[in-house]
Amino acid sequence: MSKILLLQGNQAVVEGAIAAGVRFFGGYPITPSTEVAEALAEKLPRLGGKFIQMEDEIASMGAIIGAALAGKKVMTATSGPGFSLKQELIGYACAAEIPLVIVNVQRVGPSTGQPTSPSQGDVMQARWGTHGDHWLIALTPASVPECFDLTLRAYALSEKYRTPVILLMDEIIGHMREKIELPESYDEIPQAERKQPDCSPEDFLAYATDDSLVPAMPAFGSGYRYHVTGLIHDETGFPKGTPAATLAATNRQYNKIHNNLDDIVEVDYYQMTDAEYAIVAYGGAARAAYDAVDCARAEGIKVGLVRPITIWPFAEKQMQNLASKLKHILVHELNCGQYVLEVERAVAGKVPVTLFAKYDNEPATPSEVLAEMKKAFK
Amino acid sequence: MSMEEMIDKYFRPGRLPHIWCPGCGNGIVTGCIVKAIAKLNLEKNDVAVISGIGCSSRASGYLDFNTVHSAHGRAIPIATGVKLAEPKLNVIVVTGDGDATAIGGNHLIHAARRNIDMTVVLYNNNIYGMTGGQYSPLTPEHAKATTAPYGTVERSFDIAELAKAAGATFVARGTTFHAPLLADLITKGIEHKGFSLIEAITGCPISFGRQNKIGGPAEMIQWQRDHALPLAAFDKLSAEQKSGKFPIGILYQNNDCKEYTEAYDELIVAAQGGK
Repeated sequence: MSKILLLQGNQAVVEGAIAAGVRFFGGYPITPSTEVAEALAEKLPRLGGKFIQMEDEIASMGAIIGAALAGKKVMTATSGPGFSLKQELIGYACAAEIPLVIVNVQRVGPSTGQPTSPSQGDVMQARWGTHGDHWLIALTPASVPECFDLTLRAYALSEKYRTPVILLMDEIIGHMREKIELPESYDEIPQAERKQPDCSPEDFLAYATDDSLVPAMPAFGSGYRYHVTGLIHDETGFPKGTPAATLAATNRQYNKIHNNLDDIVEVDYYQMTDAEYAIVAYGGAARAAYDAVDCARAEGIKVGLVRPITIWPFAEKQMQNLASKLKHILVHELNCGQYVLEVERAVAGKVPVTLFAKYDNEPATPSEVLAEMKKAFK
Repeated sequence: MSMEEMIDKYFRPGRLPHIWCPGCGNGIVTGCIVKAIAKLNLEKNDVAVISGIGCSSRASGYLDFNTVHSAHGRAIPIATGVKLAEPKLNVIVVTGDGDATAIGGNHLIHAARRNIDMTVVLYNNNIYGMTGGQYSPLTPEHAKATTAPYGTVERSFDIAELAKAAGATFVARGTTFHAPLLADLITKGIEHKGFSLIEAITGCPISFGRQNKIGGPAEMIQWQRDHALPLAAFDKLSAEQKSGKFPIGILYQNNDCKEYTEAYDELIVAAQGGK
């Protein structure tokens, strides 16, 4: 049984969170993500869950880290300026391997920027915002139904790999209303499980791993007592400052993600089977690109759309494969050019790459994208 | 329980010796926390100790509970998440004067305002010790620090008064000289249902005492003895006599204020259509 609804992207994230089993949200008001907090403030208590509006963005990250340690699936939501403040504890969550989901509904920046206008200016912040070498996952939905699906996927990935996952939205997708079909009840939705120890509390080492390289994470209060720190630590969880320990910790955290790129990295292809050209676009910017591809095809231009759904880790292999097959790639994004740097790096000059950057508060129209295609692909 | 038994039961095997300097008072304060937990006979699995960054915050790693050594200033928000998500846990925050009152000052006042049930033990050594002696919001006015070589011209917080004004429902102060009292205050703070702040005056001979020519560990502890007065005695002093002295003991307690997680549970019942 399913129901058809007309929902905003932010509301679809909320439905996805509830369906995924989120029972703790810590947040702080910020446009254009506030609807996520408002809806969860209403819904979570009815499900026995907890919503807390913290004193600032840093504290809301702290609260969800604490609740995750207590065994909950947790979420926070923000936009650019708040995302910057959260970066300190995003680094902590990477170091301590805390599964959690951060929704960033991007707006124009830097600073207060244009709070109600769309942007994709946080692409690099999502990857490199916190200090130090670190690895995490970021997903980018391009429709309201995908907001629901990717929220579920964000929890599946964050629990499986014990990592922060960023749901990198933009104001277009967050505030757009679309038809969405949802199950009547979320009871049948598979729940992402957090790995639990298969040994006794006496034998438990907090950061020991099997071949998955992902340590088990019992909840505080479960009887497994352990230590969590942002200092480099060994498998015991206690600080260890040797070069060998640093190398081992860093390599494991890299490998737990990068050994599983086939599982993590998802790219959507549209009209790519016989394509000679491609447009690479994601999130809100991909909306116009779909239409532009249809218009170009009607005019006989063999172009397709490559839409990264997983924005980090970068779809390296997928982009490299394109290089050998295409005559030209147009990257379209709502910033001055961020993701394009990665595309250029991956294709390494084997195919020309042109950027269509849009950063004037407004998304491009399909005809604008079409015009840029024609210019680039001539 | 003897000290040896307490060490065996509550300290993690193999994690000692601690990293604190010879003569540091942090071990005495940490011992007082353990004595309080032993006195209350808390189940170890039901205790969470959450610390920030700094000398005192290293205590969490030595203690055999559910422990977090978090980020600078952020112990209280993480503790808030732990407590709200799992109210059965006894949550103790271990923090220092820089950690709790400078970078974490906003979190401290808001946790006090919420009256969420946690016990904050604030190790006040009047200095940033881990980084080598910079002035904190609790460094006394005119005292010297590496970043105040001519003496600081900033006034210091009375953190107990600040916590009380922010809404804390249990506020106390002890010292490492008055260790049995300090253990008793921490015990009462843990027993108190609501936000408790215990300021523990502790000596940092290396980074504070030396710069300010107070002397070594013994002189710093004697300084505590000579400047602390039980609240009742302190209150009898004239304003002039109070100068340079500070009160110890329970400074404020309010048992009439609803604790946050209990209030939240009532909210859930109401949201679910109950009474």
